[in-house]
Amino acid sequence: MSEPLLKVRGLKIGATIYPPGEKSRHIDIVHGVDFDLEAGKVLGLIGESGAGKSTIGLAAMAYGRGGVELTGGEVWVNGRDVLQSNMPDKRRLRGAEVTYVSQSAAASFNPAKRIMEQVTEAAIGQGKFSKSDAEARAIALFDKLGLPDPENIGSRYPHQVSGGQLQRCMTALALCPQPDLVVFDEPTTALDVTTQIDVLVAIKNAIRDTGVAALYITHDLAVVAQVSDHIMVLQQGAMVEYGTTDQIINNPREEYTQALVSVRSIKHIEKAPTDTPLLRVEGITARYKGTDFDVLKNINVDIHPGQTLAVVGESGSGKSTLARVITGLLPPSAGEITFDGRTLTPDLATRPLDDLRELQMIYQMADTAMNPRQTVGTIIGRPLEFYFGLKGKAKQKRIQELLDEIELGDGFQDRYPAELSGGQKQRVCIARALAAKPKLIICDEVTSALDPLVADGILKLLLKLQKVEDVSYLFITHDLATVKAIADSIAVMFQGEVVRYGPKSQVLAPPFDDYTDLLLSSVPEMRLGWLEETIANRKMESAGN
Amino acid sequence: MHPIIKLVAQRLTLGILLLFAASILIFAGTTMLPGDVAQQILGQGATPVSLANLREELGLNTPPVTRYFNWLGGVLQGDLGTALTNGRDIADSIGGRLKNTMFLAFWAAAISVPLAIFLGLLAVRYKDRWPDKLISGVTLTTISIPEFMIGYILVYWLAIKWRLFPSVAIMNDSMSLGEKLNAIAIPVMVLTLVVLAHMMRMTRAAILNVMQSAYIETAELKGLRMLTVIRKHAFPNAVAPIVNVVMINMAYLVVGVVVVEVVFAYPGMGQYLVDHVAKRDVPVVQACGLIFAAVYIGLNLIADIVSIVTNPRLRHPK
Repeated sequence: MSEPLLKVRGLKIGATIYPPGEKSRHIDIVHGVDFDLEAGKVLGLIGESGAGKSTIGLAAMAYGRGGVELTGGEVWVNGRDVLQSNMPDKRRLRGAEVTYVSQSAAASFNPAKRIMEQVTEAAIGQGKFSKSDAEARAIALFDKLGLPDPENIGSRYPHQVSGGQLQRCMTALALCPQPDLVVFDEPTTALDVTTQIDVLVAIKNAIRDTGVAALYITHDLAVVAQVSDHIMVLQQGAMVEYGTTDQIINNPREEYTQALVSVRSIKHIEKAPTDTPLLRVEGITARYKGTDFDVLKNINVDIHPGQTLAVVGESGSGKSTLARVITGLLPPSAGEITFDGRTLTPDLATRPLDDLRELQMIYQMADTAMNPRQTVGTIIGRPLEFYFGLKGKAKQKRIQELLDEIELGDGFQDRYPAELSGGQKQRVCIARALAAKPKLIICDEVTSALDPLVADGILKLLLKLQKVEDVSYLFITHDLATVKAIADSIAVMFQGEVVRYGPKSQVLAPPFDDYTDLLLSSVPEMRLGWLEETIANRKMESAGN
Repeated sequence: MHPIIKLVAQRLTLGILLLFAASILIFAGTTMLPGDVAQQILGQGATPVSLANLREELGLNTPPVTRYFNWLGGVLQGDLGTALTNGRDIADSIGGRLKNTMFLAFWAAAISVPLAIFLGLLAVRYKDRWPDKLISGVTLTTISIPEFMIGYILVYWLAIKWRLFPSVAIMNDSMSLGEKLNAIAIPVMVLTLVVLAHMMRMTRAAILNVMQSAYIETAELKGLRMLTVIRKHAFPNAVAPIVNVVMINMAYLVVGVVVVEVVFAYPGMGQYLVDHVAKRDVPVVQACGLIFAAVYIGLNLIADIVSIVTNPRLRHPK
């Protein structure tokens, strides 16, 4: 057998961290990983955040992000150990032999330069192509990737194209220098589900047509199943399982892989709507100051006591704006909101304290929703003081009760948010909302920033709390798997309108309207060949184009 | 209308309004100054009659609002009035002095701005290593020493010990450019050392901030050299804050050089202003104040416009 394109042996990666107030210390991120990648093949790297996926991907370019150090092992690219190369050789490797597609194309393009200049920069700078050849290649790639007006899109600036288009431009950027290997680092994770599928098809075709090898990094097993030949499962910097895509998806050997494959095991039996909804939204129309279009158009939905309404849609569909209107952050231009039998005033400032208390919110980014300088106890204790005037022992007791409820044990009261994991932070935010004894909690994408297994835990907790506290949820999400897991009723939003609304069983059953069909069919399924099938059967083009 | 033209027009209008506001403040401030110009001119022995006559002659008896509008009307036509003390036309006297101040400021800026940006880039390139620390250390030292002190130190070494440049910056129109530059060499060095640190540190901070961006990583992963990455990808996105601090320092070079001009007996605006403040010559003080305000507002306006124009989102709307 000939030498593989990429050969990784005993790769060890570490970093020096500087915790505030403590001595700096060295931590290991990757503990000795081995794998091969043949020319023209695609290897999927999968695992949760912190598993070392991106770090391994970047090691193939002999690059350590931030303070990351490649501490040991060998990384052979085209027969050279690139970890031993000097700087000029490393520069020749990057951008010429191995290129990189990042998660956020929007952040990875320089806002001050035209797209074409950035796409061709490596190809020209590395001396692989002349300027005119590189530009011709770029245009051909734009065309292959399904970008509109491939001749001229390069003369635009990054902010002038959509997110899905920019992600394809990033792929063109990576393919333009004719590399041997492309590292795709979560290239579709930041995109809407209906856009993701198009970008996925574009990437898959581009890989096939150019014959380039690829490392495809993602936390979404269903996505990686569509594009890769082999899959390597990583957990905390070590390899758990390696096999063909077929074997990993259909016959996972390791327990951890099995958990990943069968994630979202929640079974939730839908409750029937009641006669007296807790929250009634009637004819709500709203727009932001200084704009000339309605972000919400005549919205009518109900939330029943002790039940969950899931609002689902793409970014920009008006989901979060609906939450802002209900909480009174954005007074609507028309319509009325009734809550527990009384009409809510449009503006937050004029609402009585009880209205504020009974309506709580949990946000997507638990990180930014908590004051980093306050302890967990202070964070949860604040609503107890504010709404109930609790002090001293009574407050401490209640805080501990709440911590028990969110399944965090003793000793969490004195911790700071920075000392918690992502899932724990979100649990503290849930406890803070619960502290107010609300009747309705608005959950805005609360699991979107979390790894699937952690998100699963949060959803289970929310369902348990609903049973115990009889609280209702307005659950905003773009993730249909989450919706299926917890909703009693569903509202599908598209461009500011509710296009489909009803009990879960009805909304998720055919016949579908075109948009709901597109949305449902775009959710990657964990089986081989799903991508091709779906593209062939689609009724409607996604809006991201 | 293109949003950029609109924004720039807004800024220009705002700048003009600001200048008017500044003119009111300057006029009101100088009118409220204690002391009597007539008394000052005629001395302690003046009779009440002659004082009253002089006040009448100088127009000091008309209400302040009328005087303000008369003054403003004159200024708008290029007439800054006449100096009370020597009866000379202020515009004429200022003309040459302003030219000298601008000459000094220009050369100080021409040296300090590129040097500050270059040192800033260098400090970023060698961040936390000895070149960075050396640059920061030296520039912080020079900014911490009062400028007259730097002036005297440089005069001691360059003018007295080594006799390289003259210690007094005497200028006249018959000098050639070379002679003039030789004359202002030490003042230019002093000013450069004073403004360097501020601009250099802002350049460093602005670029380091941009260096955290994902697109810098993209550029590094294209195999570009570090200096190319900084120059092509980081610098264009750091221009706005850098231009801001550059403009503030340029304004300082024009407006704030009083001390340096006095130390080197340089015939510029600063010294002219100081002389006439001492003599309570209100029209001259007003004229100088207005010119300084115009320079300040003008330069900051340029900084604003540069940051608007260099923003690709504004320059190329969707």
